[in-house]
Amino acid sequence: MNNETIFDLQDVSFAYEGKQTALEHVSLSINAGERIVVLGSNGSGKSTLLKLLDGLYFATVGVVNAYGQPLTEVAFDDDAFNFAFRRKVGLVFQDTDVQLFSPSVWEEVAFAPMQMGLGKAEVNARVDSALHALRIEKLRDRAPHRLSGGEKRRVALASVLTLQPDVWLLDEPTTGLDPRSQSWLVNFIVDQGRAGHTVITATHDLSIVDAIADRVYVFDEAHHVVAQGTPHAILSNNELLLACNLSHDHVHRHDDGNEHMHPHVHPLAHTHTHALKREA
Amino acid sequence: MSENLTASSPSAGSMQAGLPAPVAGRRRNGVIERTLAELSHAMEHSLFSEDIARKPGLLQSLDPRVKLLSMLALLIAVGLSRSLLVIAGLYVITLVLAWRSAIPVGFFIKRVWLFLPFFTGVIALPALFLTPGPALLQLPLDLVVTRTGLMTALFLLLRVSTSVSMAALLTFTTPWIDVLKALGVLRMPEAVILIFGMTYRYIYLLLNTANDMFLSRKSRVVGRTTGADQRRMMGASAGVLLGKSMRLSSEVYLAMQSRGFRGHARMPGTASFSIRARDWVAVIVVAIVTVGAIWLGQ
Repeated sequence: MNNETIFDLQDVSFAYEGKQTALEHVSLSINAGERIVVLGSNGSGKSTLLKLLDGLYFATVGVVNAYGQPLTEVAFDDDAFNFAFRRKVGLVFQDTDVQLFSPSVWEEVAFAPMQMGLGKAEVNARVDSALHALRIEKLRDRAPHRLSGGEKRRVALASVLTLQPDVWLLDEPTTGLDPRSQSWLVNFIVDQGRAGHTVITATHDLSIVDAIADRVYVFDEAHHVVAQGTPHAILSNNELLLACNLSHDHVHRHDDGNEHMHPHVHPLAHTHTHALKREA
Repeated sequence: MSENLTASSPSAGSMQAGLPAPVAGRRRNGVIERTLAELSHAMEHSLFSEDIARKPGLLQSLDPRVKLLSMLALLIAVGLSRSLLVIAGLYVITLVLAWRSAIPVGFFIKRVWLFLPFFTGVIALPALFLTPGPALLQLPLDLVVTRTGLMTALFLLLRVSTSVSMAALLTFTTPWIDVLKALGVLRMPEAVILIFGMTYRYIYLLLNTANDMFLSRKSRVVGRTTGADQRRMMGASAGVLLGKSMRLSSEVYLAMQSRGFRGHARMPGTASFSIRARDWVAVIVVAIVTVGAIWLGQ
């Protein structure tokens, strides 16, 4: 991790069509190589934030800076700026049906490097490498809409991996995944972080936060950033999680028939030791 | 809360005892709903099932480019021919090709003719009465079917059914991705191919959404619904689907922008087709049939 600021937001607000508020007075700063989780309940503004960071939406009020440059519509009209930014920042959408629009997996994964104007040999090399990294070589000629949820998610990741981005923006990446695919995805995010990439994940899944974050920003249902801190500090603050609709009281029945209520607890980290290193 | 936790589940026996015995032939779904479900099922089967394309068969063994060009040539022949017999002959050829390509002929005919009343029938029907000519049949309400009107309607129906059958032959026997690649090889603009690909892909998604909406409604409807109820439901469903497709289209555009799309798509050329002897034979046969059909049909 270094101290280069990748994203800097100063008092940013955003409203859809100028009416429906999605973000209110958000200020935050993200450095190169950081692993950030944006935590919030449904509708808190996480997805909108990622689209602002990816230069797809533009702040209604306030300034979004990326690599020291303001992200504005005028800036993206410049082909050189657009090319450089898209090359550095990749967004994986929450809905894979939105992300996967090509008729075959190969074409889906080749789409980004093709738009970058890379040569055929380079495109082929990047696609082969991404398919191999995501272990989806056998899907290359399949239609993306015919795949399972886990396969679609891998293809969506591969379609961004071919950009070889410095910054990953991941919107609710574990949505709809079975536990095994979820575990694989967490490892993928961890690996991207280890490789020195900046990884920003929007989620309300508390169970993955500790594994994939160095720092957490918490959004409340009024679209404000209400807290930031380490995963330990945030996940230990049950009052905060309850207030932001990220936790709930858990009711269950004991063998003696008595009902028992307590806050829903998410373990912060593994409590056991590893004898073997995880397989690469 | 407590009540819910302590209530015992009804046993299978008591549930069975509480249900009346079903009576065969008593159908609850309305005409509109059944027709739409059938149409949706047919579209899904015709457009998206690639089972037939992966079977061994005459057309499956040909190069997609040859199939695409052959279809275009035969469509021109159907369009230019002025003889009902010649067009009927071309229709019979499509049926023979379907049979030789492992497409069940009954299924093939049904799939093509299922859509015709909705699209061509509504145009052909008025032609029966409105085209001037000698009277052929007198109907109530002073409606007269003319001989010219009948011929016009027959030409229209036969031309459309033959053309649709030819297009269906191509899509049944060729994986969609190969059709798109063949279009690319034939110098179709990349933007058009991209639009074709995305249209196909999102029709599939919206069709699935529509089916889910029908099932969701079906699971909650008790008793019979009136025609007015069904029409209201259809209108509401169409509105919801339109809203979903609008949202989807803007999100897909953002996803494309995010990966560098700037309004002019660059598409990868991945075609790896090869022309073999049987393809040349097919080209020659189709050329003879096309020229023959146009000549005989004048």
